[in-house]
Amino acid sequence: MQRVIGESKRSFVTGNEAAAWACMAAGADIMFGYPITPQNEIMHYWTRIAPQFEREFLQTEDELSAGFTVCGAVQSGKKAFTATAGPGNVLMQEPFGMAEAMRLPIVGIIQQRGGPSSGTVIYSQQEVTLTTFGGNGEGHRIVYSTATHQEIYDYIVKGFNVAWKHRFPVFILGDGYQAKMREPLEMYDPQDKGIEMVEPYPLLGLGGKIGTDREPSHLCNIYSLEEELYEVVLKFAAEYEALAPQIIEYEERECDQSDIIILAHGVVSRAADDAVKALRAQGIKAGYFRPITLRPFPQQQLRDAIARSGAKKMLIAESAYGQFDRLVKQEIYGETISIENLFMPGVGIIENDIINKVKSIL
Amino acid sequence: MATPTVPKSWYLPTKPHKFCPGCGHGIVLKALGEVIDEMGIQDQTIFGCDIGCSLLSWNFFACDSTQTHHGRTTPVMTGIKRARPELLCIGYMGDGGGYSIGSQHLLNAAVRNEKLTLVLVNNTNYGMTGGQMAPTTLPGQKTETSPFGRNPEQTGYPTMGPEFIAQLTPDSAYVARGTVSKYKQLKKYLRSALRNQMEGNGFSFVEVLSTCPTNWRTNASQTWNFLEDEMEKYFPVGELKTPFGKGEK
Repeated sequence: MQRVIGESKRSFVTGNEAAAWACMAAGADIMFGYPITPQNEIMHYWTRIAPQFEREFLQTEDELSAGFTVCGAVQSGKKAFTATAGPGNVLMQEPFGMAEAMRLPIVGIIQQRGGPSSGTVIYSQQEVTLTTFGGNGEGHRIVYSTATHQEIYDYIVKGFNVAWKHRFPVFILGDGYQAKMREPLEMYDPQDKGIEMVEPYPLLGLGGKIGTDREPSHLCNIYSLEEELYEVVLKFAAEYEALAPQIIEYEERECDQSDIIILAHGVVSRAADDAVKALRAQGIKAGYFRPITLRPFPQQQLRDAIARSGAKKMLIAESAYGQFDRLVKQEIYGETISIENLFMPGVGIIENDIINKVKSIL
Repeated sequence: MATPTVPKSWYLPTKPHKFCPGCGHGIVLKALGEVIDEMGIQDQTIFGCDIGCSLLSWNFFACDSTQTHHGRTTPVMTGIKRARPELLCIGYMGDGGGYSIGSQHLLNAAVRNEKLTLVLVNNTNYGMTGGQMAPTTLPGQKTETSPFGRNPEQTGYPTMGPEFIAQLTPDSAYVARGTVSKYKQLKKYLRSALRNQMEGNGFSFVEVLSTCPTNWRTNASQTWNFLEDEMEKYFPVGELKTPFGKGEK
């Protein structure tokens, strides 16, 4: 494994810079990208760093092409990734669907911007539905919703491993605030943390003599019979569900004996965490639950937290108009806890927004 | 009498193939198979096919092969070639995939002079979906979506693919238009297009004029007449750009 960082170091960088270095440290061979704010600097850093480590880059003609070139590159056995946002994420659902159908170990970094349509260029949490269940498939993808630059770095490193080990597409779901702001980060080479990187392997171009050493590799994503596809999708579903317990990650604080659980993901969870501390200091018994993986979702863990808390209410806070809320509700169907919401589509949520909302509903 | 032979690079368990009787794809794929054999490149070739009738070629060759979505063969092959330049990448598509839904990919791959070989089969309609108008449908030609004949005032004139690609590419590219009616010439073009990729020169593109009796609703002689009299008149056959010396008409 090529060393990129050398001695582990503290830096003060933007999230996009953290992402570029993380991909480099994770051993990504090639990036395909297309400009869209707020993820551009991932490409800017990658193109500057890549030649030093003999890595490749191609700026494609659009996001369709960026996604499909990534699909081709991983088929050939190279670690490939892309990054996008907003309308670019919409276009990439087509190639991401192919990755889902062919179980291609692609890695996509999504820095959410405002929507619908071209929306705004910096921030939202409005790409949750798209990133978790986009395309004409069943959401057999792994989605990490990061909250800090350290998490961007850590989950990109982990994401490449999860993708190549299990062959489900992996997405790192950030946002423009995380992309553009600077904060402290520890950059490291994975081997220094005892992380063994999974080696990529080809699905095509397998070497040897076809017909003598081996059969040709014919990769397929379209089927003649309904029953063939049915079996493929059921198999993927079974494998995804069996894998889920190993993949699921979440954070929980102070849920036991609480009156209200505040649920948030991504950067909003930082405000939720602060709000819980402040509310507790004021004698209000609030707890905090944050799914880190939105797919697969920590369903049982959340149900357990609700049961242990005894809380009558849950507050879902998100910078979207209910995308996360819908995801949570479908996952905890049958729970009787009352669900309140703080929907602020496309704008940031701070501690006081949550505190005020909690006080208004308790 | 000579025994009919099939190319060594064909994948026999999938033969006989599934193209309609009279379809030109079988001829193009036989020419391609023979060229792969003659050049001895079967083991390093990656074959990528588009959606549409070209999809029926997905397991046609005993070569590593992949599928994608309609129009997206060009970027998938670009991704493979960029990641593994030692592989020989052949993208196989129809006129709808190449000139319509995937035209931005074709155009930009040509501009970037991607080291790919793309073979585009032009049969003047969308065959797999039931014979709709294509970018290459001739003026006046009846299709399911131009039932009274293509009116260029409303839907434009046929896309002249090799001509526009020749304009976009540098001198190191190879661009030709062949036809299934001239088999030896077609093989020569395919060979040149692969050689150009092997030598790392640049983008290599061969459009092949082909037949679709099912959707043209033509018998054998009408089919051949449409190809030779109508199509070859509108779409000039020949090499438009060759890094290997003088073009052949």
